[in-house]
Amino acid sequence: MSAAEIFQYARDAFSIGAMAVGLVFVIAGATGVMRLPDFYTRMHAAGVTDTLGAELIILGLIAQAGDWQTAAKLALVGLLLFLTSPTATHAIANAAHRAGQKPDLSHFKPKHPADAGSSEGQK
Amino acid sequence: MFYGISLTAILVALWLTLSGPFTLSGDYPIVMGLGVISIIVTVVLTYRMRIVDRQTVPVGPAIPLFAYWGWLGGEIVKSNLAVLRLIMKPEIEVEPRLVRVAAEQRSELGLCVFANSITLTPGTVTVDVEDDGFLVHALDNSFTDPAGFAEMGARSDTASDGKKTGDR
Amino acid sequence: MTFLTFLVAIGMAVAMAIMLARLFAGPTLYDRVLAANSFGTKTVLFLLVFSALVGRQDAIDIALLYALINFVATIAILKFFRYRSLEIALAQMSLRKALDGEYEK
Repeated sequence: MSAAEIFQYARDAFSIGAMAVGLVFVIAGATGVMRLPDFYTRMHAAGVTDTLGAELIILGLIAQAGDWQTAAKLALVGLLLFLTSPTATHAIANAAHRAGQKPDLSHFKPKHPADAGSSEGQK
Repeated sequence: MFYGISLTAILVALWLTLSGPFTLSGDYPIVMGLGVISIIVTVVLTYRMRIVDRQTVPVGPAIPLFAYWGWLGGEIVKSNLAVLRLIMKPEIEVEPRLVRVAAEQRSELGLCVFANSITLTPGTVTVDVEDDGFLVHALDNSFTDPAGFAEMGARSDTASDGKKTGDR
Repeated sequence: MTFLTFLVAIGMAVAMAIMLARLFAGPTLYDRVLAANSFGTKTVLFLLVFSALVGRQDAIDIALLYALINFVATIAILKFFRYRSLEIALAQMSLRKALDGEYEK
């Protein structure tokens, strides 16, 4: 077995693994969007799809792309998704927050920045 | 001027990536002329809007930002697995939280990088930007670790503005 | 290899169907916008996988364009439902900014 064949096999294995794991993440994110109880929690499930699922599938496609231009275009799409998806998610969340939609945690009041993490929920 | 030249170089690279293959036959001169015209128009428009500066063309901190993306990728994988475990349980049991996270970045670029990193990490979403911090919605109690937020903030600050010295 | 690519395309279609169900079922407007945005992301992925499946490079350009339009459309929908207009909003925003500046001084 020559070096080129080993490289070919490694590339195929990487591509198969990345695409399979990405598919699992995308399906899990879609299921989460269906299952979770509240708008703000559904947002997180959509984020799973947008980050790791999309990037892994794009990585898998890059690994089996033929020429450099296809790979560069795929990387560009990945970069675009990487940059725009958090902005869109934040825009949706901010619009819902400004429109007065309360997250489902029943009169929980956030504290000062000094003690951001010690959030004893006043449920 | 430096940022204008960098913007032009980035646009040329983008155009070369999007339109190929590079043969000097047929109507290639027309396509290349259209590309040159569109790049010039874009640069002139951005100059007229007065938005060409260090923060909109971040070529200076490009290498630290790429290094930061590497670290962020690890964080994204970790929290993706955590969220996956939460939403694939037979019974959904989550405890959503709304916390405030202090943001002490020095520039708007650092603030933007930090807020987008929080949103990009699954399980936490920046809901609102306030004067001295962000309002963050977390999917579960386990995502509201203040040490993790502090580390991410410090790293994004260092990546976008360099090491913290005494006087800014 | 081709089989897995085909499987990924089928999976994208299934995820898009789930997103459509959320789009029609979503109780609030924001659920629907979120579902539409996520549907767009999956459409981009479907187009990429499709281009690898049939060996056509054009689909990647379409996917790039679709990602851009998806982002702009999300922002435009949110802006419209916040201000109920796409034209007055700019004037309102600049007016509010001017008024805030006045009051701060």
